[in-house]
Amino acid sequence: MNREARTREFYVLAIFFALFVVFLYGPLSAIVILSFQGPNGGLTFPLNGVSLHWFGNLFEKQAVGDFGGSFRRSMTLGIMVMAVTVLVSLLAGLAFRRRFLGATPLFYLAVASLVVPSIIISLGIGVLFQQLGLDPAWYSSAFGAHLTWTLPFGVLIMLAVFNRFSPAYEEAARDLGASSWQTFAHVVLPMIAPSLIGVGLFGFTLSYDEFARTLMTAGTFNTLPLEIYGMTTNVTTPVLYALGTVTTVFSLAVIGGALGAIAMLNRSRARG
Amino acid sequence: MTAIVSERADAQAQGKAALRLSPAVVSWLQATPLALILGAFLALPILMITVVSFWDYDFAQMHPAFVATNYLETLGSWVTWRTYFNTLKYAAIVWAITLFVGFWVAYFLAFHVRTSTMQMVLFLVCTVPFLTSNIIRMISWIPVLGRNGLVNGTLIEAGLISTPIEWLLYSDFAVVLAMVHLYTLFMVTPIFNTLMRIDRALIEAARDAGATGAQILTNVVIPLAKPGMAIGTIFVVTLVMADFSTVQVMSGGQSASVALMMKNQMSLLQYPAAAANAVVLLVLVLLMVAGILRIVDIRKEL
Repeated sequence: MNREARTREFYVLAIFFALFVVFLYGPLSAIVILSFQGPNGGLTFPLNGVSLHWFGNLFEKQAVGDFGGSFRRSMTLGIMVMAVTVLVSLLAGLAFRRRFLGATPLFYLAVASLVVPSIIISLGIGVLFQQLGLDPAWYSSAFGAHLTWTLPFGVLIMLAVFNRFSPAYEEAARDLGASSWQTFAHVVLPMIAPSLIGVGLFGFTLSYDEFARTLMTAGTFNTLPLEIYGMTTNVTTPVLYALGTVTTVFSLAVIGGALGAIAMLNRSRARG
Repeated sequence: MTAIVSERADAQAQGKAALRLSPAVVSWLQATPLALILGAFLALPILMITVVSFWDYDFAQMHPAFVATNYLETLGSWVTWRTYFNTLKYAAIVWAITLFVGFWVAYFLAFHVRTSTMQMVLFLVCTVPFLTSNIIRMISWIPVLGRNGLVNGTLIEAGLISTPIEWLLYSDFAVVLAMVHLYTLFMVTPIFNTLMRIDRALIEAARDAGATGAQILTNVVIPLAKPGMAIGTIFVVTLVMADFSTVQVMSGGQSASVALMMKNQMSLLQYPAAAANAVVLLVLVLLMVAGILRIVDIRKEL
């Protein structure tokens, strides 16, 4: 198939794909460009001069609420969610390699976690905390709410990884006298490390950007997406775009870092 | 030397065997954190919502009770029915578009891109926006579609229209467009996954047997891609059914969805009413998912 000439189907689909990519990235690039709007510019094109005015504006507290604080909270929450997602998904992935009583209900509970509308989870946790007399906060109720979204992704990824994982490697390690911990630490873990980074990336970015589940569960202090959501209704200057550009660049840096780490691990494994 | 080592290992293994837990217990221990978290933050809250949906409330707080008024008020009002109909309409339109776009994008990646490196790169190009903020991606349509936005500006400049098109932003069109923008990736990924697993020999065989390109597509590729389409459908349908932010921002408050109705009830502190709505929505969504799961076994597709 490889040396065949390109068919007309190829060119039609290639154009379709290119349009899809433009559709995906086009609007995003519009707000990146507009965030460099001059001090007197508005929310739409054309650019009225080029400046960093709106980025500077981000750091003045009164202009956009509490940008710094909400960023710190989202960041901390993202890291907490990432750590728990990686650990719990890995353990669950290992558990599901064997049959055990309750495996099927637990699996469907994880799938349910994926399909239950996020606002219902938000409402449920909010009301639950209220009835228990607990104050909702980003590090307790919102933390749990985010986990119901990141864990099913993590668990499904780990299930897919272990479905393709040959037990022969572990048997070989055991035959060579490795203990089960040694087998896990020196054989299994290095082989699944790239997937774990992927799970971590999902955990962090899904939490960092999540807001439907945070809506009723964040308590007194907003996370960054809630702050941005609030801004959509009452901010009418390009400072909104500047914030969008900054968080998007941050997300891209996180994704780039994770992909780089995965590539490095794969390369060192191919070499060794 | 090797004999000594293996003897020592044997001794160690025997020593540990006494302490070793049975595999079932190990699995349980490993599954416990997941079960606890989902139990506390998924099962318990849903139980709580179900209970609260039968409670009574006034302007300030809710009282434990067992009344059906919340359901009667929800299901008895024709605003609710219109809102449900509107939400299902969004789900159907967005589903059809994302399935079409998602299938062809995945098909191009799986069958027309020749090297696996290029496949990976293009796949990542499609996936990266999914990992950035939904709200930012939604807002980014405003300078494009707005009254003085890029599209209107270009069309006026080109002399095709004289006054800006008003329905581009803050309309059903904008809602559907933004949803397609946000959710198509959920269709691309599972379909791409199933297409990559199709044995290429099947396609060669079909071609050798004299099938045309269109016949291969309809008789071989599409039937084999159905599980991926089903999983993508679960994602897109549940996401659209749960959506309130896209509807709120992109329709400019002119359209409603079930989740948006719930959110408004919540901001008025009418939690029992929102809870009744939540139960109805949840039952509807779970029925839809159960219907789709009859076609596909998720565990086999992982």
